[in-house]
Amino acid sequence: MTPVNQKAWFLVLPVIICVAFSAILPLMTVVNYSVQDIISPERRVFVGVEWFASVMRDEELHGALLRQLGFSLAVLLVEIPLGIALALSMPAQGWKASAVLVMVALSLLIPWNVVGTIWQIYGRADIGLLGAGLQALGIDYSYTGNATDAWLTVLVMDVWHWTPLVALLCFAGLRSIPDAYYQAARIDGASKLAVFRFIQLPKMRGVLMIAVLLRFMDSFMIYTEPFVLTGGGPGNATTFLSQYLTQKAVGQFDLGPAAAFSLIYFLIILLLCFILYNWMQSLGQQEATEAAHG
Amino acid sequence: MARIDLDLAHAYRANPRSDDDYALLPLRMSFEDGGAYALLGPSGCGKTTLLNIVSGLLKPSQGTVSFDGRDVTALTPQARNIAQVFQFPVIYDTMTVEDNLAFPLRNRGVSPDKIRARVGRIAEMLELSGQLRQRAAGLSADAKQKISLGRGLVREDVSAVLFDEPLTVIDPHLKWQLRRKLKQIHHELKLTLIYVTHDQVEALTFADQIVVMTRGRAVQVGHAAALFERPQHRFVGHFIGSPGMNFLPGRVHPEGVLEVAGQSVRLPQGLAHEPLAALRDFTLGVRPEYLTLDAPGADGVLDATVTQVQDLGTYWLLTASLGEQVMKARLPAQAEPPAVGQHIGLRVLNPHTCYYGADDQLIAAATASTKETLP
Repeated sequence: MTPVNQKAWFLVLPVIICVAFSAILPLMTVVNYSVQDIISPERRVFVGVEWFASVMRDEELHGALLRQLGFSLAVLLVEIPLGIALALSMPAQGWKASAVLVMVALSLLIPWNVVGTIWQIYGRADIGLLGAGLQALGIDYSYTGNATDAWLTVLVMDVWHWTPLVALLCFAGLRSIPDAYYQAARIDGASKLAVFRFIQLPKMRGVLMIAVLLRFMDSFMIYTEPFVLTGGGPGNATTFLSQYLTQKAVGQFDLGPAAAFSLIYFLIILLLCFILYNWMQSLGQQEATEAAHG
Repeated sequence: MARIDLDLAHAYRANPRSDDDYALLPLRMSFEDGGAYALLGPSGCGKTTLLNIVSGLLKPSQGTVSFDGRDVTALTPQARNIAQVFQFPVIYDTMTVEDNLAFPLRNRGVSPDKIRARVGRIAEMLELSGQLRQRAAGLSADAKQKISLGRGLVREDVSAVLFDEPLTVIDPHLKWQLRRKLKQIHHELKLTLIYVTHDQVEALTFADQIVVMTRGRAVQVGHAAALFERPQHRFVGHFIGSPGMNFLPGRVHPEGVLEVAGQSVRLPQGLAHEPLAALRDFTLGVRPEYLTLDAPGADGVLDATVTQVQDLGTYWLLTASLGEQVMKARLPAQAEPPAVGQHIGLRVLNPHTCYYGADDQLIAAATASTKETLP
């Protein structure tokens, strides 16, 4: 056998240590909890996949997952088109562009819990501008009493908070389109709609994919804002996955089920992102083959 | 199709004061219906600005553009019915080659049968027939540029087709092909073509009429031979030709004697001199192709010292110094070139010599004359 110099392993050691401490060890701790019943720090019992089985059967979890999926879907359906529309209507150059950029980006600078607090006050029926305003219009609005109102308020809050991110990404995508494309479209007699459909939208595909993934992952993990605004209520109308997880892990200190839940949560996000990404990737190719055969 | 008349000036900034503020100095120009024109000049000379004004992408800050005598200054490119091809390929990524070519027609509501026929014809001309069903985004840069060219040529009723350095991204061997193709298409379709380029070979081979531009000014309009033989402006002499025209400072002395580059030289027999008599200071221009070696001291011949001799395959390029002035001469390949450091005579006064005034404009050109040369 030829002698092999094993010293090269030392070169990758720093990376292995970094990754181990930042990702693998914490994850394995969770895996460790998920297969044990920890009764007290001294007493623990190995239970295998029992926690996973019980979490999967948990009706409340099913409810939270459905609410979560509905919420994330609504977020994407509202924020992506709205972000594109916003980016299209923003001025392209000059001081106006800078001013609008700063204004649009403002809400992104506000910490999550502050956003929750702002909307909590804003939506209050007695003193909040929105709540009192709606009341004055004769609409019986209350995010603490009415489940639909609460859900809608959380959605509108997220749209207010995060649409600017989508808009900024789209704006960057739009600015990267060379002028010659617009000139060629004018020469070719393309309508505004055709310019959007055949130039702007295809050229924004890359940034839109990032926007969709970011907004999906973020909205799927939403915690702080509904926690501050509604605390998951009324009932469990706005109890999304991470809220439910926190109740289990911190509130009830069921570390085993909470760990199993975390892992399932993580896998769901991974799976959905994988599906979304591949779907959007294939969209471009599909369009091409459709066009080629149609 | 239309005859295009321009009488305009353009400045990108408001309230232009000096000439430098203008992208295009006031000019008056006509493009005949069905002609092939080239706008030739270095980068930043205003040729693209002029093209965009013709197409309507840009509104001139003063003056008018008219098509067939109708003022179209305020009209959009679509209303002017102009086609334009840009420097870098512009294609619609999500469409097939066929849809790309059909796009300008579909936007104008042409009937599907007509579109199919027209797209088929253009694709055949540009050798894209085999790729019609392919997605345009996946093609090579030159195939993409062919699509752009095709979109420019697909409408048969256009007033003019404008090309803005369309062959920049194309490989050299394909460039020749496409240029020939464009020329052929011009013959077949009889469209008015205006072609912007900074490449003189491209301009000279493509166009019947060439507009040479520099610093916002159109200095000469003419066909290749005129630009070569009688440059109306020193810039044309310098820009056209490889290498460009030689220029020497000169002064007219009485008695038909010229002082050129510090040397006195007599006009040779058989060369007209009358236009020169009215001059005092001038700049003499002579192309390297028209410089011949001669015995030093003869009429019309200047003394020079050879500083460099280069073998360029098809000709010798000779560099010679006359005091502070440097001249280049092209000698035929079969000639025996002089050695470096040798004293030679260069015949600078010959029937092809041009004379320029202080404003760089041509004031006189030597012509073969049968009259007595000297009083």
